[in-house]
Amino acid sequence: MPNEFAVEMKGIAKRFPGIVANDDIHLQVRKGEIHALLGENGAGKTTLMNILFGLYQPDEGEIRIHGQTVKITDPKKAIDLGIGMIHQHFMLVEPYTVLQNIILGAEPRRGVMISYKKALARIGELSDKYGLHVDPHRTIREISVGMQQRVEILKTLYRGADILIFDEPTAVLTPQEIQELMAIMRKLADEGKTIILITHKLKEIMAIADRVTIIRRGRVVDSLPVRDTTAEELAAKMVGRNVSFVIEKKEAQPGETILEIDNLTAFDDRGCQALRGLSLEVRSGEILGIAGVEGNGQRELIEVLTGLRKASSGEIRLRGRAVQNESPRRIAEAKVGYIPEDRQKRGLVLDFCVGENLVLKNYYAPPFCKRGLLRYDEIFGHAAGLIGEYDIRTPDEKTPARALSGGNQQKVIVAREVACEPDLLIATQPTRGLDVGAIEFIHRKLIEQRDKGKAVLLYSLELDEILNLSDRIAVMYEGRIVGILDPRKTNEQEIGLLMSGGHKGEREETA
Amino acid sequence: MTGFVKRLFSESTLIPVVSILIGLILGAVIMLAGHYNPFLAYGSLFAKAFGDMYNFGETIRQITPYIFTGLAVAFAFRTGLFNIGAEGQFIMGAVAAACVGVLLDAPWFLHVPLALAASALAGGLWGSIVGYLKAARGVHEVITTIMLNWIALHAANYIVRTALLEKGMARSKYIQESAWLSSPGLSELFDHARIHYGVLIALALSVLFYYVLWKTRQGYELRAVGFNPDASEYAGINVKSTFVKTMFISGLFAGVGGACEVMGVFHYQTINAAFPGYGLMGIAVALIGRNTAVGVVLGAVLIGVLTYGASGMKFGAGVPEELIHVVIALVIFFVAAGGMVELLIRRFRKKNGTVH
Ligand SMILES: Nc1ncnc2c1ncn2[C@@H]1O[C@H](COP(=O)(O)OP(=O)(O)OP(=O)(O)O)[C@@H](O)[C@H]1O
Ligand SMILES: [Mg+2]
Repeated sequence: MPNEFAVEMKGIAKRFPGIVANDDIHLQVRKGEIHALLGENGAGKTTLMNILFGLYQPDEGEIRIHGQTVKITDPKKAIDLGIGMIHQHFMLVEPYTVLQNIILGAEPRRGVMISYKKALARIGELSDKYGLHVDPHRTIREISVGMQQRVEILKTLYRGADILIFDEPTAVLTPQEIQELMAIMRKLADEGKTIILITHKLKEIMAIADRVTIIRRGRVVDSLPVRDTTAEELAAKMVGRNVSFVIEKKEAQPGETILEIDNLTAFDDRGCQALRGLSLEVRSGEILGIAGVEGNGQRELIEVLTGLRKASSGEIRLRGRAVQNESPRRIAEAKVGYIPEDRQKRGLVLDFCVGENLVLKNYYAPPFCKRGLLRYDEIFGHAAGLIGEYDIRTPDEKTPARALSGGNQQKVIVAREVACEPDLLIATQPTRGLDVGAIEFIHRKLIEQRDKGKAVLLYSLELDEILNLSDRIAVMYEGRIVGILDPRKTNEQEIGLLMSGGHKGEREETA
Repeated sequence: MTGFVKRLFSESTLIPVVSILIGLILGAVIMLAGHYNPFLAYGSLFAKAFGDMYNFGETIRQITPYIFTGLAVAFAFRTGLFNIGAEGQFIMGAVAAACVGVLLDAPWFLHVPLALAASALAGGLWGSIVGYLKAARGVHEVITTIMLNWIALHAANYIVRTALLEKGMARSKYIQESAWLSSPGLSELFDHARIHYGVLIALALSVLFYYVLWKTRQGYELRAVGFNPDASEYAGINVKSTFVKTMFISGLFAGVGGACEVMGVFHYQTINAAFPGYGLMGIAVALIGRNTAVGVVLGAVLIGVLTYGASGMKFGAGVPEELIHVVIALVIFFVAAGGMVELLIRRFRKKNGTVH
């Protein structure tokens, strides 16, 4: 059968200044299968898919779609060929409605007018068929990240895509949303759509993919059916060594209280009360994990703690000194480090080079700045050290952060915040978008901080991460802490129950 | 050396150059359509601008204010602010210099710096109003700058009329000679053209522009804010005060430009019925120069040569002066639509098989 493969990429090579992103890559994706792409941060997955979607031109190689050799000169061509891509960073027009976003550039017309009716009917059809329910009249700003992703999927389907590329779709989703997305992907595949899925989460590959191709440093290492392999084997193939999934750590040695939060209240962007009298303590030498269903005030709590949002009442003390409503700079100077959730919005200035980004928090202090003048030799020296230590894959420290792969951007942030040696490290989704090897490394770094007697406040949507790393778990519900749990004595069920507001009241104090 | 060559052919230099060429060629097409000889026209334009020492000096005089306003616009751009108000800041600087120049008696080594300082302050403060309104009230800078331009125009006229007026004239009294930036020696060299030391100040400020932007803490902060205000806030940068500071420096550039016109060229301040137009042209200069110091100087040279040479075109080839404005507009259009030119360059390169 000549048409067995929906996508064939042969001998694809792509070079960027100072780096070979793709080096003779072969990829074959069967029609109707879910094909996972696995590889370390910077291995070249996104680049390969950008080539398939016409965003980059390969330096060498050939692409066949349904057996036909094609030249994909731009995304428009890709769309014409039935290829759709759901990018990791969404490309939606925020003030526009869902409907307007879906039809943007492909508006059905009646004369010069846009026929919204026709569009609505078509979108309704697609939503029903694949279980992609969205309210077409809400604006993008008003809907959750999970919903925005559905809009992206609908956008591609609306343009008639039958090959869908997902670039780390689950990195930004809550566990609930991930479940829903998996169901949608399964449905799409069952309806004959071909899916290429980039993800770092081996669990997801094992659960949903039919085949997996592993890429390391721009080359294909292996391509095999998922049923013939295990998560451990995949991890080993991908990083070239055995990866430990269990986190080894000593007993915590909690010391003095570093952070005290007392009866804190704050409002969210829409003016609703997000924190309703929250109290919490974090001690030195412990990792305190915050668990909670997204939207229960976690984001607001962290923004208030870091000075990015005003508290309406209550007190925050760092080593006994009240710091609520101080500026982000003052709080950072009180030795608080912060790994933000949204790396491209908050964490990095993408147009700054890696070196400049690595001093984003302390560019103004010696040795990086003296008498108002920046000392770039110091800045770049500092950067070179961290690039080595954190294995940040970049041609050099003068490369703009924008040119780094998603995972390597994340490493820049983690390196910067940990390198400041803060007394309190607030880590929100610190391993988002990282490969298993890098995750292991970052986890070790967090534990190392703890063992040095620092306090770590961890917030992650991944319950596994919270359970494995934390010494105590604080469960958040509707703007309050509803329970403090000992991770050794609890399980996902109990946490899940508390997170959904289940049984309140009974609080367990840890020693 | 190869680095330099590479830079020369990099897209960021090629785009403005190609845009300018397209503008000039389209201008030629339009001239042809109007039955003018474009070769003769461009020839006489350049002959006018560079033909003799006098005109060469005058061309430099024409270029000078464009450097100042170009720097002003480019600087604000780096913080993500669109400063349409260089016009007003320019006027405020000019009138401040006129006040100090007319009303104060001092030896030149005090008078000149004082007048320049006053203009820097006036322009800077005029700019920081914009920054303040943006920071404190969230008013968009395009709106405030446009409004402040009008206020500056009329305020300056009022000041000249009430405090500095030369009886019976629509201008101020002459400023004291001790406040002149003109130099008889320099002027002599250029066959009595009105070239003045302001051009050196402009070049010095271009160096300062580069230095502040790339070497100082302040420059780091304002570039960060320009690229990503959210990340800047996270980094502890005070975004609001950065707006104010940037607009002060931006306005300072324009203000000193205004002073140089008064102190170097006219030696008085006229009562303006309309905007002199240097500030608006500064937007074009910044665009052409891609907000870099060197780019701004080159952009100012281009615009200066074109505007000054325009009269040559009129006499040499009978082309109406308006047409040169069309050409300038075309150049600006293509620079602004850089994406279009970029595509063109890419196409061209692909056809020729060049790998970038
Ligand atoms: N536009 C670009 N300019 C320069 N280098 C780039 C560009 N895009 C990607 N690279 C480099 O190519 C390499 C591969 O990047 P790519 O984004 O494909 O990695 P990835 O496999 O998707 O990694 P991750 O899992 O971290 O997202 C990286 O080293 C990256 O720095
Ligand atoms: Mg990627």
